[in-house]
Amino acid sequence: MARDRRLSQAARHARSGIRAVVGLGALGGVLLVAQAYLLSRVIDDVFLGGQTLNGVVGLLAVLLGVAVLRAGAVWGAEVAARRVAGQMKQHLRTQLLAHLFALGPAYTRRERSGELTNTLTNGIEALDAYFSEYLPQITLAAALPLIILGVIFPLDLISGAVLLFTMPFIPMMMILIGLWAESRNVRQFEALSQMSAHFLDVLQGLTTLKSFGRSQAQIKTIGKISDEFRKVTLDVLRVAFLSAFFLEFIATLSVAIIAVEVGLRLLHGHLPFQEALFILILAPEFYLPLRSLGAKYHAGAAGRAAATRIFDILETPLPVQATTVAPPLPSDLRVRVQFDAVSFHYPDSETNAVQAVSFTLQPGQTTALVGASGAGKSTLAFLLMRFLEPTGGRITVDGHPLTNFDPDDWRQKIAWVPQAPYLFAASIAENIRLGNPEATLDEVIWAAEQANLHSTVTTLPEGYSTRIGERGARLSGGQAQRLAIARAFLRDAPLLILDEATSNLDPANEEHIRQALARLAQHRTVLIIAHRLSTVHQADQILLLDGGRVLERGTHQELLAQGGSYRRLVHAFGGAR
Amino acid sequence: MNTLHRLLALALPFWHWMTAAVLLSFATIFASVGLMGLSAWIIARAALQPSIAVLGIAIAGVRFFGVSRGVFRYLERYVSHQVTFRLLSRLRVWFYERLEPLAPARLTHFRSGDLLARVISDIETLEHFYVRVVGPPLVALVTGLIVLGIMAAFFDPLLAPALLVFFLLSALGVPFLTWRLAQAPDRDIVAARGELNAGLLDSVQGLSDLAAYGQTGQHYAQNSALSQRLIDQQARLAWISGLQSALNLLLILGAVVALLVLAIPRVDPLYLAPIALLTMAAFEAFLPLTIAAQHLGSTHAAAERLFEIVDAEPTVRDPEQPSPRPARCELKIEGLHFAYSAEAAPALQDFHLHLPEGGRVAIVGASGAGKSTLVNLLQRFWDYEQGSIQLGGHELRTFHGEDLRALMGVVTQRTHLFNATIEENLRLARPGATQAEIVAAAQQAQIHEFILSLPEGYGTWVGEQGTRLSGGERQRLAIARALLKDAPLLILDEATANLDAVTEREVMGAILPLTQTRTTLMITHRLVGLEGMDEIIVLQEGCIVERGTHAELLARQGAYWQMLQIQNQLLEPEVVNDITYFHLTTDIPH
Repeated sequence: MARDRRLSQAARHARSGIRAVVGLGALGGVLLVAQAYLLSRVIDDVFLGGQTLNGVVGLLAVLLGVAVLRAGAVWGAEVAARRVAGQMKQHLRTQLLAHLFALGPAYTRRERSGELTNTLTNGIEALDAYFSEYLPQITLAAALPLIILGVIFPLDLISGAVLLFTMPFIPMMMILIGLWAESRNVRQFEALSQMSAHFLDVLQGLTTLKSFGRSQAQIKTIGKISDEFRKVTLDVLRVAFLSAFFLEFIATLSVAIIAVEVGLRLLHGHLPFQEALFILILAPEFYLPLRSLGAKYHAGAAGRAAATRIFDILETPLPVQATTVAPPLPSDLRVRVQFDAVSFHYPDSETNAVQAVSFTLQPGQTTALVGASGAGKSTLAFLLMRFLEPTGGRITVDGHPLTNFDPDDWRQKIAWVPQAPYLFAASIAENIRLGNPEATLDEVIWAAEQANLHSTVTTLPEGYSTRIGERGARLSGGQAQRLAIARAFLRDAPLLILDEATSNLDPANEEHIRQALARLAQHRTVLIIAHRLSTVHQADQILLLDGGRVLERGTHQELLAQGGSYRRLVHAFGGAR
Repeated sequence: MNTLHRLLALALPFWHWMTAAVLLSFATIFASVGLMGLSAWIIARAALQPSIAVLGIAIAGVRFFGVSRGVFRYLERYVSHQVTFRLLSRLRVWFYERLEPLAPARLTHFRSGDLLARVISDIETLEHFYVRVVGPPLVALVTGLIVLGIMAAFFDPLLAPALLVFFLLSALGVPFLTWRLAQAPDRDIVAARGELNAGLLDSVQGLSDLAAYGQTGQHYAQNSALSQRLIDQQARLAWISGLQSALNLLLILGAVVALLVLAIPRVDPLYLAPIALLTMAAFEAFLPLTIAAQHLGSTHAAAERLFEIVDAEPTVRDPEQPSPRPARCELKIEGLHFAYSAEAAPALQDFHLHLPEGGRVAIVGASGAGKSTLVNLLQRFWDYEQGSIQLGGHELRTFHGEDLRALMGVVTQRTHLFNATIEENLRLARPGATQAEIVAAAQQAQIHEFILSLPEGYGTWVGEQGTRLSGGERQRLAIARALLKDAPLLILDEATANLDAVTEREVMGAILPLTQTRTTLMITHRLVGLEGMDEIIVLQEGCIVERGTHAELLARQGAYWQMLQIQNQLLEPEVVNDITYFHLTTDIPH
């Protein structure tokens, strides 16, 4: 039920809309009572009062008028309810997205992107029914029966008692069944997310499956997973059906009881016909909002299950505690970055990914990180970019602790060329402009030229406007890499981080880029995470990492002279076989 | 309408279940009509104070209807959902079956987020088609006819046509109006949802790049706008659904008033109350029709999006006859021309290759030189039109894609690892492999030690797209996978491009002996052990510029030799001294 509280708290953002929904709903209830009264009067006037059509035509006109008003109230309530849902969905979706962005790549890399996307889309959409149907209905279900009871009791104590006596069964049933269904709903949402993740995995790996002749075998797996999802869904729905049965049963049975009980008293002249008819018309309406609540409870339950995941993400603490007022970066920052016994371990890991690493990035100098995969090179880069915060030691820039500054301000000073650049579904120019959204086309072209991408782009049918698909399906690995380098050129930042930047390039490009990077590095601080030693040997300092520690450090010549691990690495590259 | 017809056809195997659902639904509604009509009759009759015996049968009837409605409702829900979800489950498989032959050639223009939306959300949307679009009109028809019959038979013939008008307005008028109004927003909603899905997937998967470049703000704004657009479209729909609720309320009351006006002069006033209450109850059968019409639009759009994929023609058609069984694994390519589309520049021109069984050929060239195109053609992911590719003397077109790919072990630069355990990822290559065979393959790919160092060994989950592993680890797994497949033709497409120097050397050290025992096509931009190759083909922009053995090409001092020169400049003298393999360059810096 804690989730309900979080959801209702969130609902404060649409408070005025909710008030309108409830107000219009209550108005509809009053008009409903009026309508039942008028209808019973007309019939009574003719049946026992002996009136002709002319005698009741006035009442019939009023009846129609009331119907028009009631239709208007229903219309307004529905529009208002959907508006509430829309506001809430937008609010929660943008909050969730903002929080994911704030959690950063260190978080999303450890989650399934299909599942996260599903939460952002279908998870949020599942809240629609909660806000637009369940929440208004719950207030209506409380208000309407009270209005009707208030009208019936003074007229007929016995019918009132029947209604009053049966009423608590409905919420009771619903709570019982609701509690039972809750866990199943969570399971159903999980099954849906799992199915989504599996499909995304298969869709993205379809080519691989085909080349192993396993794509046909997936038909069976998909059938199985889809069937599993069906079973879980039906499990949830079976509970819904059961509650539908009880609600229907209680409602129709008590209408039947009232009809018989009222009929018997009419027989003995204990009750006027008009009042009996009025009660009979109102009796089903008494149960209607409660019955709808039953149906909508399950619509709302899906939303509550989705909300669990949404609030879990929203409540994941941010890695970077926002400093109260971050001072702006000094304008004369020379980007002298010092790692001071920096350690880091992931929350779910015992061992340190980085262990007491100290080094200094001198302005204008190039530092290269060398070492086997898993040695901690990428983690150091993430720490430098503040996607992660050290769990021990500290990082300073020009003597200021890095944590003094706003992470976004700090990243302004960094151009990053990642190992596997992500290409967005947009034009090539827009993809390059990631480095600087304000860049003119000329600047984009300049950056592409520097990255040796320009000649490739010009051969494309639409040049820089060519759209590239998800994961750059239409660009080769080398081209994607060069595009990432073009982004870095456009960034024009004092600190450059190259994460295996040249590993995908053929040496002609590599040579091009090496020269360009040399130009770019001239007045800049560079950190290279390299496997290709050709980019390393000119570095001002090389750190050889192993298991999160610095094993050796020095220049290429010094390290070769040491005759340690670095020398062995160079020989591996040289291939002394 | 053709789309709806096809949707119905898909449900054909379940027709008897669907009929049962319709009948049960009718029974549920009729229980309510009977309950209200009889109840009204009881109190009207009782008001005239007859003997209780007059009411006996009616009271029994009221009790029956009062009890049975809940039971009917339960059965109806159960049957209709059971059949629908079985159907949806089949549809997902059906969709995948049709999608599978299209990959990868026909799917390059679809984003996987978009395809995901189709297979999950769009199929989910079809639930509405079967539960809420198909059944209700039939239920309304049966209920309407019976209620009209009761009106004409028991009360007054004139009431039937009058009520029919309101029934028709409710059954056709309101749904048609809502359908017309909702058509545009429905389409927009489906489209907006697809776009939002894709946009959010971009943001989530590309977050590293966005965060590093401080561009999360822009994507936040973009996605907020996309989300707002979806919500605005949904708000348009809210106006329409509100209008529909309002119109239905008006119609019910309008019908009651109209029938009373007609009945008061004509019918025994005893029946006025039953007429009014029966009428109100009967509309329960018509209310779902407007919802049906609302869903018609969205299910139609969803179905069209599904059929768009299902109807796509695969670029490659499997032949009718069974694949030939090549006696030997000899690859012969002659005069091969290929372009991805009519407008695109040719990716391969006048390509010749002869790879005898047990032979080893290397193709070298810069990115974009056409090397990967060749791998795509060899696997029959695309079909060639000019020239010939023969495997074991049989044209590639005569093979079924599956059979052909069974003959090849392929390692590409960008390998997909599935979100499963390491063992399951390896087993993909040969589901029946023994543990020993899996370990042997991992050992050959130099990944066994690493796997053992993981807390759960071969049972470790690799994470989505293998993101919990480094590039080198991923690639070594991919190599192990291809080795496990143990196919006669080994294709290495830049297999070691992402490995660090030490690992690359180790992996190549493992691979090269393997290539000696099997027919190998190696595609690379690095000269790794190329001395042992029977032939080296140098590709530039789809054309062969040079071919020969390592020694021949060096002696010729052409493009290949030149590449080595550039390569050597990258290395310092003392390193070059003991070099036996090199970076290879292809296009000369201009």
